[in-house]
Amino acid sequence: MDLIVALQSSFGELITAGTAAFVLCAIGLAIHFGFTGLLNFGQAAFAAVGAYGYAIAALDWNAPLVVSVLFGLLCAIVFAVLLGIPTLRLRADYLAIVTIAAAQVFKFVATSSAITDTNGNVITGGAEGLSEFGGTFYSLNPVPAGAYQVFGNSLTQDQIWVDIVGWSLVVFCALLTYFLTRSPWGRALKGIREDEDAVRSLGKNVYLYKMQALILGGCMAALGGMVFVINSQTVQPTVWGTNFTFTIWTVLLLGGATTVLGPIAGGIVFFTLFAFIQKVLEGLVSLHLMGNLTIPQVGQIRLILVGLALMLLVIFRPQGLFGNKKETLFNG
Amino acid sequence: MTRLRPLAGILVLLGTVFATLLGGMSASPAQAATCKPADPTLPYIVEGTLLNNGETPLPGVQVNLTGNGVDTCVLSDENGYFMLTVANPAKYTVSIETSTMPSGVGVEPADQASQEVDLTVTSDQGIIFPIGKVADTSVSIWAQLADRLFNGLNMGLLLALASIGISLIFGTTGFSNFAHGDMVSLGAMLTWFMTQILGWPILAAGALAIVAVGASAYLQDAAIWRPLRKRRLGLNQMMIVSIGFSIVFRYLILIFFGGETKDLGSTTEPVSWMAPITTTSTSLLGMGISAAALAGVALFLTRTRIGKATRAVSDNSSLAASTGIDVERIIRIVWILAGLLTGIAGVLWGLRYQANWSTGFDILLLLFAATTLGGLGTSLGTAVGAIIIGLVVETSALVIPTDLTYASALFILILVLLVRPQGILGKKQRLG
Repeated sequence: MDLIVALQSSFGELITAGTAAFVLCAIGLAIHFGFTGLLNFGQAAFAAVGAYGYAIAALDWNAPLVVSVLFGLLCAIVFAVLLGIPTLRLRADYLAIVTIAAAQVFKFVATSSAITDTNGNVITGGAEGLSEFGGTFYSLNPVPAGAYQVFGNSLTQDQIWVDIVGWSLVVFCALLTYFLTRSPWGRALKGIREDEDAVRSLGKNVYLYKMQALILGGCMAALGGMVFVINSQTVQPTVWGTNFTFTIWTVLLLGGATTVLGPIAGGIVFFTLFAFIQKVLEGLVSLHLMGNLTIPQVGQIRLILVGLALMLLVIFRPQGLFGNKKETLFNG
Repeated sequence: MTRLRPLAGILVLLGTVFATLLGGMSASPAQAATCKPADPTLPYIVEGTLLNNGETPLPGVQVNLTGNGVDTCVLSDENGYFMLTVANPAKYTVSIETSTMPSGVGVEPADQASQEVDLTVTSDQGIIFPIGKVADTSVSIWAQLADRLFNGLNMGLLLALASIGISLIFGTTGFSNFAHGDMVSLGAMLTWFMTQILGWPILAAGALAIVAVGASAYLQDAAIWRPLRKRRLGLNQMMIVSIGFSIVFRYLILIFFGGETKDLGSTTEPVSWMAPITTTSTSLLGMGISAAALAGVALFLTRTRIGKATRAVSDNSSLAASTGIDVERIIRIVWILAGLLTGIAGVLWGLRYQANWSTGFDILLLLFAATTLGGLGTSLGTAVGAIIIGLVVETSALVIPTDLTYASALFILILVLLVRPQGILGKKQRLG
């Protein structure tokens, strides 16, 4: 096992659009949880709704890129409103319960073959999912064809293109969040996080602010979902499970939930470590230093480490690596 | 983030091609003769048990595995069990040869006859084919409804056992435990291990498993939640911690017990005098045990000193403390009680429906729907809510596809929150 090679290729993971997708979801979650105090345990479903919306528009209607993206965002907005109406007037638990339940049910619905169009085709593609819907995106690729060497990884022009777009969206969403949270609107959100009743007593419509925050963060997750599936060129129901959601949570809490740069820094640290640990564990297994463990079990151990990291972060360092301790008042 | 684009595209294409080919060939029975038993030396395994209606084994049914250049098949044995092995990790399509099944029996919904398995994340993948009577018009709608209602009651009792624990813990500590469902999985997996691997009798194994889950609940409280209460960690933070713990718990179960769905060896013979209701003696005994356990909880909470103290803590813990009740002791007892009840639910759920490492997490949605419907923090309400959820989930299968029945629980959850967020028996001030 060569640690330098392992570290180098882990670093190569950083610049991929896959990491950008998670960071986008984490910025959305920062708006939900970090700035407004909403416990959204179903961020994967927001990403999935956006991804399926995009894919269905692109495949079934042959929609141009802009229309597909807008339709994905529209789906996420509808999803946010549906979940927000019953829960946002109630205590934080209820949003958590409903979002985690909705994320599970969305997976069932996407896997099921019961929902078909008029030709009898399953709209979501069922368990196999949908694929080959990135044509309108890749046809806009300005990067000249060829193989590019980046951190020891060889990338095609299409991969470079989706990486550039993914990270540009990250920069855009981070800037948007930066300016919004410094606006009067953003101060109202932080006020809701700290003391809902105080904000209400100032005559603000807390319910409406929470709904706007849920929609805005959900749309960023939907963009993340679209980047994720355009990058992998398939959208399958199994991807959007609790592992996806709580990877986002770990990324967010690692970087610091109440900062704009937190999700980005968290994503970079998390995915470097994630890939590095995988390589080290695989190396140990191949050297028979890990008992009877097999390579697939290494992936499971890695998820256990994610769960542990989530627990320890919340308990011992709720402000994350870069957050401000004063701003980590979790309600409740 | 690996670059899966070309590979995944090819695999999906291959899967579709094979599925089409298989669909075309299903008429030729000569195919069945070529199946050989799986080579046990190959490292990657797909296995499962073909059970009609989740109960009666189906022997001699052909199961095919295709993809990644492999095309193999196997026949299920007398227990309905089949195992397929392959040399390389990849995504494969596993399909059931419907023409080799007895007449009147089919995969329902039909598209589930062909499923994708991903052997890149696990070396041993369990697979379930939902098999049942294919739309048989000879059974009247009333007979079907009676059957569904009875089985819904059965499910409701099991959900009640598991969700009362959530409700008690919420009542006494104000904290919603998202790792609660995993205790259901633990109970079922331990019972499977003791009965099927060690060969112990089910009563001894079940009792031990229940005690073990109770002990695990005590340990969870002592090791994680009591120290966090001492640190005065916020309730929202505790919920996130419980999610992290649930991931750790679930994947530990996966590593120890494997990914395949386990049959706990319950009887599959239907009880004839119950017709048209299909049930087994195991299920009937299980329902008796759950009803007795629920009655026991009700008596405990209303008649004993500790039970009354528990309700006092739920109502107002500082007031209870000032009257001399040791609140921490009550919380400890509540955790153990919750663990024991959830353990019973896990053993019985495994016997009734089979179980795998994530069963408890999968039904968490139903458990929270039950506690919310009944009124979070009220035990009696939770039991009522759980039985309603069980009945609705089972009977909804008459109108919506069976793989979407859990969605009806989410629907109820949202409806309750819109109309009566404190639940059927909850008090309004609990909403905070």
